[in-house]
Amino acid sequence: MRRTLLDSLHGPLTEAPPAPDEAALKELAQSVNRAARARLGRSLSIRQVDAGSCNGCELEIHALSNAFYDLERFGLRFVASPRHADVLMVTGPVTKNMREALKRTYEATPDPKWVVAVGGCAADGGIFAGSYAVEGGVKDVVPVDLHIPGCPPNPRQLLAGLLALLQRAA
Amino acid sequence: MIHPRTHVTEDGWREAIGRLAAGSTTLLGLWADGIDVLMAVSLGDSDVSVISYTCRDGRFPSVGAKHPPAIRLERAIQTLFGIEADGAVDKRPWLDLGFWDVAHPLSVIPGRAEGASPESITPALRSMDSGPAASRRPGMTYQFLPVEGEGLHEVAVGPVHAGIIEPGHFRFTANGEHVVRLEQRLGYVHKGIEGLMQGATLAHAAKLAGRTSGDSTVAYTYAFALAAETALEIKAPPRAVYLRALMAELERLANHLGDIGAICNDAAFALMLAHMAVLRERTLRAADACFGHRLMRDVIVPGGVARDIAPAGIAELRALLDTVRTAFPRLKELYDNTASLQDRTVTTGIVKSEYARQFGAGGYVGRASGRAYDARRALRYAPYDGLTFDVPVLEAGDVNARVWIRILEVEQSLALIEQIIGRLPEGPLSVAAEPKGTCEGLAMTEAFRGDVLVWLRLDEQGRVARCHLRDASWFQWPLLETAIEGNIIADFPICNKSFNCSYSGHDL
Repeated sequence: MRRTLLDSLHGPLTEAPPAPDEAALKELAQSVNRAARARLGRSLSIRQVDAGSCNGCELEIHALSNAFYDLERFGLRFVASPRHADVLMVTGPVTKNMREALKRTYEATPDPKWVVAVGGCAADGGIFAGSYAVEGGVKDVVPVDLHIPGCPPNPRQLLAGLLALLQRAA
Repeated sequence: MIHPRTHVTEDGWREAIGRLAAGSTTLLGLWADGIDVLMAVSLGDSDVSVISYTCRDGRFPSVGAKHPPAIRLERAIQTLFGIEADGAVDKRPWLDLGFWDVAHPLSVIPGRAEGASPESITPALRSMDSGPAASRRPGMTYQFLPVEGEGLHEVAVGPVHAGIIEPGHFRFTANGEHVVRLEQRLGYVHKGIEGLMQGATLAHAAKLAGRTSGDSTVAYTYAFALAAETALEIKAPPRAVYLRALMAELERLANHLGDIGAICNDAAFALMLAHMAVLRERTLRAADACFGHRLMRDVIVPGGVARDIAPAGIAELRALLDTVRTAFPRLKELYDNTASLQDRTVTTGIVKSEYARQFGAGGYVGRASGRAYDARRALRYAPYDGLTFDVPVLEAGDVNARVWIRILEVEQSLALIEQIIGRLPEGPLSVAAEPKGTCEGLAMTEAFRGDVLVWLRLDEQGRVARCHLRDASWFQWPLLETAIEGNIIADFPICNKSFNCSYSGHDL
């Protein structure tokens, strides 16, 4: 174990961060204010909420924590409770069965807070729009500050979106 | 051998139930189509038949009453189609949590939701419900199974969980630290996929199939394509057949690597997660380089594959095989020689072999508990009929055995990828999937977590009239309830991760 542990300290895998997403920056400019920046510092806690996804987005969000992307180096980290979170990262079309749970999770998150809708389904329900069981996109249930498109967005796209959020928010 | 649908009388239906209950056949699926209920069963492993019973008065003899693995499937039929199982032991709804505007959405004549008046629901019943009473259809309450005894308490978990994970509700009854009973309530990510399928073109339906469970997008599009091809009596060209299997093995490899790391992480052994996540990432990058998408979404289509492997793909895959083969043996040894980790996985969350057999549990859940079933081996669909691979089977049924099945299958998938790229035939990538009148088809593929079953019926225009997708999780979720009994609540995450059932694949 010692050898494996020591070998892994070299850290040659972590890559340079992608440039923040310009479109995302623009979208955010309207929703973030200076006071919030001062309060948060360069650190954001993220609570992920699956509101009906196929689990594809979750796989790529998980990948953000691997050695290549190393999300925590930017002060971004995933937390276990919405009460500890600054950001809700929501995936999926919002199913009717998850609508109430998503609203409650949003209400449990202290201000100031931001909502990032991840994936094509989270934007407008995607391929599942129009189903009897689907409410629609995330914005139909809670206010959204940033959309990251993709099916699913790959980790670089996720990182670019989150860095844009961090630049504005922190 | 997969036999097409046979219509049976009530006697025939009851006889089929008798065989399931006696253990001479295995239930592979139970679903409805209009006013018919259909059952897929296998005799031995390789002989699959579909029987159907027409519910003239909206009822059919309950399968679940005699054969428990059918209970949730029957509840789903009752909920979605409004067809009732006569003599069913559990008539509570499934998947419908009371938030839809319609009751029985897939019924031939969908009715508006109806139920008891709100006044008839007592506050006590309301509070037993796992969700909020507000915005619920009146009359929709849900009673968890009663548990009685001294010193028991309940712990309600979900639908929103603590990790980056899908939503579902777990109701634990515990005595101190020990779990006396776990009851699951699922359906939170029900998107109405089978409803969206109805009337969809084959191409659109294939995309929906590929979004049933994101981690198994290849396995689902694979099974969907095979079912459509069976119905249309066409065959994908040889190059497509091999490319499909290549993607299926890359998907299995990526998921198993991720799972091994994540299970160890749930035992607070983060080192394994760090290393496995690197190997998983390299696998996804190789998949991206080969097929233009990390999860290889929408590459398999009815008739063949939508795109060829990139020219540099083979070299990428050879490099991946070298990397994983260099790193993996040391990590395997690390798993095997870390006593503190083994302490958490050995004898934890045991699935009894008789349950694995009875429920027809597929994937690592079945194979870690002595059920030697693998759709690739049982049904010998091409190209697996011509490839050499082992199906590892263990008997212990604990978390450790489920980790080991994955470790051994990583090695098998590496060998399969090598065989496939070594003999990838040249030639066209697809054949046209033209309508040929009303037809039906069933197919199964082996996803990383177990067998996926797809049954479909196409109409005159070649559109999907009805499609049923059955994830391996349907027969694994109930076994998780049995596996956790007598374990401590703190070990639930590691048990759950060792199953890694799909919520979305189950909820549809």
